[in-house]
Amino acid sequence: MNVAKRTFDAVIVGAGGAGLRAALQLSEAGLKTAVLTKVFPTRSHTVAAQGGVAASLGNSTEDNWHWHMYDTVKGSDWLGDQDAIEFMCKKANEVVIELEHYGMPFDRTDNGKIYQRPFGGHSMNYGQAPVMRSCAAADRTGHAMLHALYQRNVRANTQFFVEWMALDLIRDADGDVLGVTAMEMETGEVSIFHAKATIFATGGAGRIYYSSTNAFINTGDGVGMAARAGIPLEDMEFWQFHPTGVAGAGVLITEGVRGEGGILRNAQGERFMERYAPNLKDLASRDVVSRAMTTEINEGRGCGPDKDHVLLDITHLAPDTIMKRLPGIREIAIQFAGVDPIKAPIPVVPTCHYQMGGIPTNYKGQVVVPKDGNPNSPVAGFYAAGECACASVHGANRLGTNSLLDLLVFGKSAGETVVEDFQSGQLKLKPLPADAADVSLARLARLDGQTNGESVFDVGLEMRRTMQKHAGVFRFDNLLKEGVQKIGEVAERAKRTQIADKSKVWNVARMEALELDNLIEVARATMVSAEARKESRGAHVRDDAPDTAENPNGRDDANWLKHTLWYSEGNRLDYKPVNLKPLSDDVEPIALAKRTY
Amino acid sequence: MTINRGRVRWQCRRALLELDLVFTRFLERHFDRLTDDQLADLDDLLRCDDYDIWAWVNGSKACENDRWKEMIGLLRQG
Ligand SMILES: Cc1cc2nc3c(=O)[nH]c(=O)nc-3n(C[C@H](O)[C@H](O)[C@H](O)COP(=O)(O)OP(=O)(O)OC[C@H]3O[C@@H](n4cnc5c(N)ncnc54)[C@H](O)[C@@H]3O)c2cc1C
Repeated sequence: MNVAKRTFDAVIVGAGGAGLRAALQLSEAGLKTAVLTKVFPTRSHTVAAQGGVAASLGNSTEDNWHWHMYDTVKGSDWLGDQDAIEFMCKKANEVVIELEHYGMPFDRTDNGKIYQRPFGGHSMNYGQAPVMRSCAAADRTGHAMLHALYQRNVRANTQFFVEWMALDLIRDADGDVLGVTAMEMETGEVSIFHAKATIFATGGAGRIYYSSTNAFINTGDGVGMAARAGIPLEDMEFWQFHPTGVAGAGVLITEGVRGEGGILRNAQGERFMERYAPNLKDLASRDVVSRAMTTEINEGRGCGPDKDHVLLDITHLAPDTIMKRLPGIREIAIQFAGVDPIKAPIPVVPTCHYQMGGIPTNYKGQVVVPKDGNPNSPVAGFYAAGECACASVHGANRLGTNSLLDLLVFGKSAGETVVEDFQSGQLKLKPLPADAADVSLARLARLDGQTNGESVFDVGLEMRRTMQKHAGVFRFDNLLKEGVQKIGEVAERAKRTQIADKSKVWNVARMEALELDNLIEVARATMVSAEARKESRGAHVRDDAPDTAENPNGRDDANWLKHTLWYSEGNRLDYKPVNLKPLSDDVEPIALAKRTY
Repeated sequence: MTINRGRVRWQCRRALLELDLVFTRFLERHFDRLTDDQLADLDDLLRCDDYDIWAWVNGSKACENDRWKEMIGLLRQG
């Protein structure tokens, strides 16, 4: 079959914060850059981020990057790579100030500086007291960031391919990356985007879980494409659950609600967090609160007819306070829980929120894989940034506001690396293999020709239920083992999905079937990696790895201080060391310690 | 120019989960019955900012464009 070809210096898949920041670097350096996106750029999921972006500007309280680095390493439960973390924390001020120059409307202090607010896990002086490190634009930080970056890209003549869905990564016999295949939704035609450099910035895959704060678009396409092309996925067992998603709907209720005095209660009306975190109570860190809630539910103290959620109570707050200090929360509760929180508590459950793992990269944004004895050998022509990538700065647990920072720092860094490699002549346009589009065409032909197949919706639902039940907040050996088998069965069913409407133009059912292929890779990676990791660390908590003197919080550094690498082919696992050595001599390695707050 | 229903359906995918949930309900109950004129109004509305649409749907802000009011009504009642 004849497939149209387009040639660029670089192709970027994704126009969220990470993709747009990378694109800017390339376009401003004069590279011919194509950005592919499933939806209009400013409708990318980065828009949903409200809390802010971390940077140790020290405008509101004293601060410096050493403290930020310490908090991030500790937050990661020491699974984060200290070279990448040093790099990110050092670069934070620069990328935030840049954004200010691009016109981002940050909140201001009285003397005109960027105002900063406190956020969970961020501290001064190595854990001594909360610090004000989060830079925000009201409760629209991600929105404002994305608009500022988009405008800047328009100015720099970045070429956008809007409503194009990338299908598969193109690699040649050497394993080098030569671009992607993509489908234009308006025509249903497949094209090849041939480029010297390919950057993935496709965001997260939070839709693998039944209960998720993520919008429907977060289907892990980049992660799935990489996995199908033989790139291993790093640390996919680590997913952050946000304690307060509206039960049944998933919509996030911000931490700010507990900050303003909101209280979690079980079926007896008890303020149960007093038992789990006597000091911080309802304001303990996300993983601690999520686990406490899950324990209450598991032990039969959940609320509602199915005893499957707990309640977030703000009825004791003055209605005025709720309206003024917590805008939007009342509307969410009324729409999705059917309760007015001024009068009745909101049903909530721990809800999947953020993917810590992803496509393995180094701090330069290069995708790295084990090769010839080097665990971190760059794949020529391939780069990744943002939630789809694993740099790894978040390790086993991400701190709030560090993700928007990750997008800016590593989006820019990936862009800079591409520009350097391009200008030094290192990047070449290698010839396309004759079969460059065959994998994608075969996937489409299979889907169109399928008879007696499976419904995309049913298989997707089974996947989400399986993940929720078998790889949730708390993990049990028997459930994980069963989960591995079950998700394997779901993956088999996903190979036989069928769609009724075979039309080519704007066929949403086809898009959803193709997205499911990507979600399934992520789900398999998560389940298999989680089953294998026999310790508790950060967001991965097993009931058979409890807190002991030898293994604080169940963490087993002797055996498990290492990154997981999962290969799609054969469901194979490999491991690589965590980089405990910072990038420069400016800072000593942050020594292993028990993670307590 | 006729409006492609598949395109409009795809563009009901939004950046906020809140709206995805509202639109899921709407797509199930109302979408197939929309007249061409209504579809054009919806198409127009979908160009707006997600936070604006959400504020109109949840009633915290009044929508000032008469053309969109009918669609917002349908989105609200679900
Ligand atoms: C409700 C919520 C609140 C949050 N709040 C905060 C916060 O306050 N602070 C913080 O630091 N983090 C926050 N996060 C996390 C943070 O928002 C995300 O991690 C981050 O925005 C991801 O950005 P990204 O650029 O990697 O991807 P996204 O913004 O998700 O963009 C992905 C892009 O890839 C494109 N794409 C995907 N697949 C394909 C394909 N196959 N073909 C073509 N294009 C494709 C999409 O169209 C999109 O343009 C929050 C997350 C959620 C869900």
